[in-house]
Amino acid sequence: MQRILVALPILAVIVLGGFFLWGLNPDRDPNAIPSALLSKPAPRFDLGPIAGVDSPGLKTEDLMAAGEPVLVNVFASWCVPCRAEHKVLTRLARDEDFPLYGINYKDRPEDARKWLEDLGNPYDRIGADESGRAGIEWGISGVPETFLVDPSGTVVWRFVGPIATEQSQDELRAALKAARGEAGS
Amino acid sequence: MRPLLAALCIMLATAVAAVEPDEILDDPALEARAREISKDIRCVVCQNEPIDSSNAGVARDLRLLIRERLVAGDSDEEVVQYLVDRYGDYVLFNPPFKPTTYALWLAPFALLGIGALAAGVALRRRRTGASGAGAGALSTEDEARVAALMARYGPQDTDRKDD
Repeated sequence: MQRILVALPILAVIVLGGFFLWGLNPDRDPNAIPSALLSKPAPRFDLGPIAGVDSPGLKTEDLMAAGEPVLVNVFASWCVPCRAEHKVLTRLARDEDFPLYGINYKDRPEDARKWLEDLGNPYDRIGADESGRAGIEWGISGVPETFLVDPSGTVVWRFVGPIATEQSQDELRAALKAARGEAGS
Repeated sequence: MRPLLAALCIMLATAVAAVEPDEILDDPALEARAREISKDIRCVVCQNEPIDSSNAGVARDLRLLIRERLVAGDSDEEVVQYLVDRYGDYVLFNPPFKPTTYALWLAPFALLGIGALAAGVALRRRRTGASGAGAGALSTEDEARVAALMARYGPQDTDRKDD
């Protein structure tokens, strides 16, 4: 009994220390919201195209139609980080060769059109989500957000914020590789 | 002074609820239910605020969605489930009691139990120590020293009276 009591403070220190170590880990983002969508089917949505933009609209069925993993990127012309991300996504979609679909979140068609004219349009399809309802279906908390959907229509990866850093690009490549590997076997 | 007070009142009013007039439903019963639900739903942008008092765009969208579902005839549980399906348990300020949250719900009681046990053991040990000839009693050397000190400085007056 005495021995157990003596061990108690040490045990408490270990437990608390472990908790603090976990809490102070600089890689941990306390704002990260665990996605309810991961490993689940992509949500039902059906969005028309942006008026005046060549890309066709986007709906749930389109995600499976490609027969390979597709990247769904939620963007808006009013979103500043999207601007930084745009260049990276354009390059990645070309280099890694995956279909890139866009959801234009709460944007005015003319603003979105101008944005795409200025920066280029890397999207194979763009759904115009003016009300933000599709955004809720995807469970987004802001823009940009990006999802990787495998050919069975399952969401396999999600990224909150711009895919601009080297780390986030590596994460995307790894997720893409994993999704392609599963599809091949 | 009065305009300042009025301005303050307006500011405080918006701080309590961010529900805008155009969101409010005509049916007061449905509106009351919507308000009750919104108070327990976490805003996904501003995290420690319920959507009921958040001015974030997504919070407004979610408030409108809740009202839409209620008007469509959903029960309160169905509305909450609808949000949980999309955003996970994370949107709930009141986490449900299930295997993944057992630690969260039961840890305080477990800690209380451990504390009570430790306190009980400590109290019992103290009591048995005082009544027995163990730690509470003085050694023979101490007894001799006390006797010597008492003989030298002790209250002799009272001794005499008592005798």
